[in-house]
Amino acid sequence: MTKGVGTNLEQVLAAGTFAVTAEVGPPRGGDPEAIRRKASFLRGVADAYNVTDNQTAVVRMSSIAGAKILLDEGLEPVMQMTVRDRNRIALQSDLLGAWALGIRNCLCISGDHQKAGAGGKLKGHPGAKNVYDVDSIQLLAVLRDLREQGVQESGDAVDEPVPLFIGAAWTPLAPPEDFRALRLAKKVDAGADFIQTQAVYDVPGFAAAVESAREMELTERTAILAGIIVPRSAGMLRYMNANVPGVNVPDDLIQRMKSAKDPRAEGIAVTVELIEAVRALPGIRGVHLQAIEAEQLLPEVVERAGLLPRPGNK
Amino acid sequence: MIVAEWKPIAELVQMLRGHKKVLLAGCATCVAECASGGEREVETLAPLLRMAMQVDGNPIQIRTKTLERQCEWEFVEELAEIVPEVDAIISIACGIGIQALAERFPDLPVYPGVNTTSLAIREEPGLWAVRCAACGDCVLGDTYGLCPIARCAKSLMNGPCGGTRSDGKCEVDEDVDCVWNLIVERARARGKMQELTEFRKAKDWSNSGHGGPKRILREELRP
Repeated sequence: MTKGVGTNLEQVLAAGTFAVTAEVGPPRGGDPEAIRRKASFLRGVADAYNVTDNQTAVVRMSSIAGAKILLDEGLEPVMQMTVRDRNRIALQSDLLGAWALGIRNCLCISGDHQKAGAGGKLKGHPGAKNVYDVDSIQLLAVLRDLREQGVQESGDAVDEPVPLFIGAAWTPLAPPEDFRALRLAKKVDAGADFIQTQAVYDVPGFAAAVESAREMELTERTAILAGIIVPRSAGMLRYMNANVPGVNVPDDLIQRMKSAKDPRAEGIAVTVELIEAVRALPGIRGVHLQAIEAEQLLPEVVERAGLLPRPGNK
Repeated sequence: MIVAEWKPIAELVQMLRGHKKVLLAGCATCVAECASGGEREVETLAPLLRMAMQVDGNPIQIRTKTLERQCEWEFVEELAEIVPEVDAIISIACGIGIQALAERFPDLPVYPGVNTTSLAIREEPGLWAVRCAACGDCVLGDTYGLCPIARCAKSLMNGPCGGTRSDGKCEVDEDVDCVWNLIVERARARGKMQELTEFRKAKDWSNSGHGGPKRILREELRP
């Protein structure tokens, strides 16, 4: 797996340390301070920070720009890249550009469909034309070939190889469940060095999925980081359970959040328990933490999970 | 079949303002099958349009004619006698038929009465669903006869994204099957799920509209 790209995330994983990544959502505006503010309280909390790429198909500051701002703040970014909005020409051009700016981790995902942006209070751009020239697994192969062969998708050479540490997503608990580990294998074969999973609340279900990946020796060939979204209310859990495919929230967890006197504290407690539970699973090499629009909760989460200090941030 | 859907009457009213006599032209082929542009729809739409134009304060006369196939010149020719008597044409054939009329009768405005949306099949009475995207690089042999280009919201080639709902529907539309879930079901039923683990490389889209306006030249059929 280790190709010597040299990112902090890669080194933490290679050292066998339980890794922590955290999500940083870019603003719906162009103010770099919005990213710097998040950087100021997230510094030292994680080994690398995912910058999302117009998540839920809502226009935000680009993940390249957000990643560069983090980098300037001394935080290592994981640039997320969806195949929704760019064809293979633009994707590869942006990969070269991101590399030129010093970005070295990239997570390849298909991205939320543009219809997703029309939910809630926002209009989004449901009338947008999507691209989907390549899919997320084909994008992984593009990154692998840029790194290992120094060639573009077409086979044309780039001036020099583009060594990126390559990530992919995994939703093990969406149907067809018996295909999900096989699809994970496709991602690993296509070049995924690390995996960040869909949010885990159903630990036994997740454990069974990880076990099937382990039986296929995928956990030796890639580093799986369990995704955990900090719950903030029973309503949020209920919403995710009903509307986010692959996210199964047990009823008792929803009840627990509902009866909590202090949902904020309870959400942190639940998160810490989830981290401990997934950490105990053979084959899980870290956690990917998301506190959507509430990143200020993460320092306490990571501290209480006993995951501080992070390597290199002593 | 090629599927088209009526434009809103209000949009048609806006198009037709200022015209006095129009020809409403249908087509008895695909758009008749999908109940949007055949003779029955032509004869249904004509009085609706007359009424709407009347209400709008711009009364018009409407002639109607439904051709066997609006995309074939020999049938289009049947309109040659009527066209001199009208000042505009509104067609509810697919985009191909509409363009054929515009090409044959370049002196008249030709308006689309429908939006052409898809290559679809009638799944049930009153329900059509897309089957083909005319991508020019057919993969149906690898996907058990289910098209991931037309029927996956993201045209994925290597299996389902994380957005398959627990009931097997697509996260983009709760009434639409996740086609990759169906593909996996068929592969599973044939004991061939392992075949779906083969990496499908990026598609060549150049044999579709992405390669520039498509022309198909068959020398052996040329005069």
